[in-house]
Amino acid sequence: MNWQLPLMLAQTDSSRLEELRERTEAISMQGTTVPDSSLVREGTSNPFATEYWFPTQASSFAGEVDFLYMAVFWISLIFFVAIVGAMVYFCVKYRRKDGVIAPEPSSSHNTAIEILWSVLPSIILVWIFYVGAETWFEMRIPKENAEEIQVTAKQFGWLFTYEDGDQTNELHLVRDKPVRLIMQSEDVLHSFFVAAFRQKMDIVPGRYTYAYFEPIKDGVYRLSCNEYCGTGHSKMKTACIVHVSEEDRKNNTKWIEAEKTPFENGQRIYQIHCSGCHKVNGEAATGPALNLIWGENEKMIDGTTELVDEDYVLSSIWYPEKHIVEGYGPVSKMNSFKGILDQKDVDYVIAYLKELKNTSGDAK
Amino acid sequence: MVDASTRQKLFGTPETNFLNCTKGWKSWAFTLDHKRIGIMYLIGVTIALFLAGVFALVLRSHLFTFDSKMLTDDMYNQMFTLHGAVMVFSFIIPSIPAALGNIVLPMMLGAKDVAFPRMNLASFYLWIIGTGCLLAAILSGKGLDTGWTFYTPYSIDTNTGVIYATFGAFILGFSSIFTGLNFLVTVNTMRAKNQGWFKLPLFVWSLYATAIIQVLATPVLGITLLMLIAEKTLHIGIFDPKYGGDPVLFQHFFWFYSHPAVYIMILPAMGVISELISVYSQKRIFGYSFIAFSSVAIALLGFLVWGHHMFTSGQSLVVTLIFSAITFTVAIPSAVKVFNWLATLYKGSILLNTPMCYALSFIFLFGIGGLTGLFLGALSTDIHLHDTYFVVAHFHFVMVGGTLTALLGGVFHWWPKIWGRMYNDFLGRVGCFLVFSGFNLTFFPQFVMGSRGMPRRYASYDPEFQIFHQLSTVGAFVLGLGILLSFVVLVYSALRGPRCSSNPFRAASLEWQSSSPPDFHNFIHTPVLTDPYDFETQVYDEELDTYIPREFANPDKVAPRKEPVHH
Repeated sequence: MNWQLPLMLAQTDSSRLEELRERTEAISMQGTTVPDSSLVREGTSNPFATEYWFPTQASSFAGEVDFLYMAVFWISLIFFVAIVGAMVYFCVKYRRKDGVIAPEPSSSHNTAIEILWSVLPSIILVWIFYVGAETWFEMRIPKENAEEIQVTAKQFGWLFTYEDGDQTNELHLVRDKPVRLIMQSEDVLHSFFVAAFRQKMDIVPGRYTYAYFEPIKDGVYRLSCNEYCGTGHSKMKTACIVHVSEEDRKNNTKWIEAEKTPFENGQRIYQIHCSGCHKVNGEAATGPALNLIWGENEKMIDGTTELVDEDYVLSSIWYPEKHIVEGYGPVSKMNSFKGILDQKDVDYVIAYLKELKNTSGDAK
Repeated sequence: MVDASTRQKLFGTPETNFLNCTKGWKSWAFTLDHKRIGIMYLIGVTIALFLAGVFALVLRSHLFTFDSKMLTDDMYNQMFTLHGAVMVFSFIIPSIPAALGNIVLPMMLGAKDVAFPRMNLASFYLWIIGTGCLLAAILSGKGLDTGWTFYTPYSIDTNTGVIYATFGAFILGFSSIFTGLNFLVTVNTMRAKNQGWFKLPLFVWSLYATAIIQVLATPVLGITLLMLIAEKTLHIGIFDPKYGGDPVLFQHFFWFYSHPAVYIMILPAMGVISELISVYSQKRIFGYSFIAFSSVAIALLGFLVWGHHMFTSGQSLVVTLIFSAITFTVAIPSAVKVFNWLATLYKGSILLNTPMCYALSFIFLFGIGGLTGLFLGALSTDIHLHDTYFVVAHFHFVMVGGTLTALLGGVFHWWPKIWGRMYNDFLGRVGCFLVFSGFNLTFFPQFVMGSRGMPRRYASYDPEFQIFHQLSTVGAFVLGLGILLSFVVLVYSALRGPRCSSNPFRAASLEWQSSSPPDFHNFIHTPVLTDPYDFETQVYDEELDTYIPREFANPDKVAPRKEPVHH
């Protein structure tokens, strides 16, 4: 196989990588083309090969997606050839001969054959559904210990914030390291799409959406906005660079360095806005304590339970009346912070809550 | 048994017919005749088709090179939006039901008109007003750049003419509801004496199933669009997250209508194909009841699958899984229809004239459109293909390869009935060939692009896709040429074509028992109720050079009937 570009990267030729990175950054900012190493494939002129239809399989589940695609491709092809073949054959064989308009009498009904051609395709469809759903669970359910990267989309660009608070305009990943993207939009709908990963997820303003995958091949891939978002939609592209190691990523990425970690920012927001009503030492106050809630299932006054995740925290801060924890009812005593804390601030609060949970957990 | 002069009166070329019985523009503008309203609808949707077709050719020309400067990004966005909005709301949805259905459906029931003729005319005027509002978005100088789906919150943020366009779509919704309601009541109450449900032509079944969707689903779109207008002007906080609304809720509402709307587009087309395949094979349609009930099954299941447009929208995992499963069930009734059409061809007497060529190309193109739906119904592959050119190709294969092809086939089939004049079959087939080959050239390369990750609605694209875009653009012009040629052939035939008889193709459904063109009241006599798929009921009359029901024929000259075989 001709993996020229990825191989070059694999040799951690940092000058080559730097050059590529600069090039991709320079042009992606202008909104034109991002070179995509997933396009370097072999045997691309044979339309029956997987390689013809797809870019490189750069994520752990890409191979499974392509497998189902090709399976459906062959099933469809067999059915299509049979249908059109029969049609053409009948049209030639039974074409109207001069003067004879009425055909010989033949059957016009057969329940057995109707049942046969309803049931047989049904079985195939159940199989397609099953295989599709199986891979899709893998695409939608997060892996343990995945690296968390915040994705902020806006008309018409991308911002990626890593766990330590540093940011980039391209997405920098490490090979074989699973990622969980926590995505938000500052304006309208966008969609995260990297064809080489076969992964796609809409980014919806006013809430968080998530995408998971594990890059398995290093290289430079195209990351594009896939949900129409206005004038510059087609320019909303950037590069996704998969590095061979953590060290490689650290050294070969132009970071926009953060002055404070997300935890520190979150702590400051907590002290200004939240500490009056919420304690972090496990004691109940006007509102529930915040130090142990992250990732837990909390009981609400209506008897339901809610998982404390990004969306829960966001809606609790913006719309406190939506979720009232048992023991703090019947109405929320908290005012809405919508317009005071934006989604970025909520990100910091979340980082703070996570860290509190970790350290409190250790103390136990 | 009747004499020759009565036969001449009933089936010969009439002196007065619905076209010339009254004159002047008022006799058309205020007509309550379903045939005239149908013709006006046909003219209307043709104008919409040409307009939206020109938008398509402009945007395809722009896409000829990857860094094209022909249009600005904003102009490109407006172009695909207007192409989609006009095609969907003003062309495809009314095309077969309101134009062809209007003309043919009452006659297939042996009726004089639809149940509510005034409502029928009102439907047409609402169509004009609605289309006018849609186009007012352009004339106001603002244009429209949301995509035909009006997704929030972009449609709330943009300064283009969203209010004009959504109001237009709202009114077009009423036009569609009026047609649907009319057809439901007409089929229920105005069937010929003893014409049970299983003696109806399958085109009537498909229009009935379509009408159910039109009446039940369209109000949801109407109220959604009104809420969008309210959100845009009053900020009520339902769809816009800035005011506490949920943009995904809009998608649910929108697709709750717009997915069933896909079946408003394709079901009547399937009905037309059932007629054409049977008549031009001169063979009883195979599996009548399976085709009939599959239409109803598609209409009902179509209400339960809207979420498959939203697999990547962030809706819950369980919901997504259920929508995927139900989506696959819709594939079965569609496949059943195709298999039954094939079985009808078997041992038929197949005439490859223009309408039949369209019917066969329908099977080919709808086959691809339907099968590629499997890639999109399956969850893992849909995540990759969603909103790429693969989807664009898939729905064009269904809507253009399906609905437009069937519309052209149906128009050619019933054209001699409407005008009493025959079309040029050779040129008609050339047009069909151009439409078929141009269409494939346009949309097949888009499957490749989509699989390789080319997103839709992109004004510029990456160089590796250029060759496929170029094929696609060339194909679009061939397709345009084919439609134009068919248009010329049809118009020439309506005006100057050779006279034709009442039933030149030996069709057995009731509309062929009228003269060509039909009388103002459709039938001079009460039509003899015949089985629409029993062609032995029609016998050749030498004097009139046409096929007439056996009951009216001269018994001395008629061969005994061949009994059909039932297994």
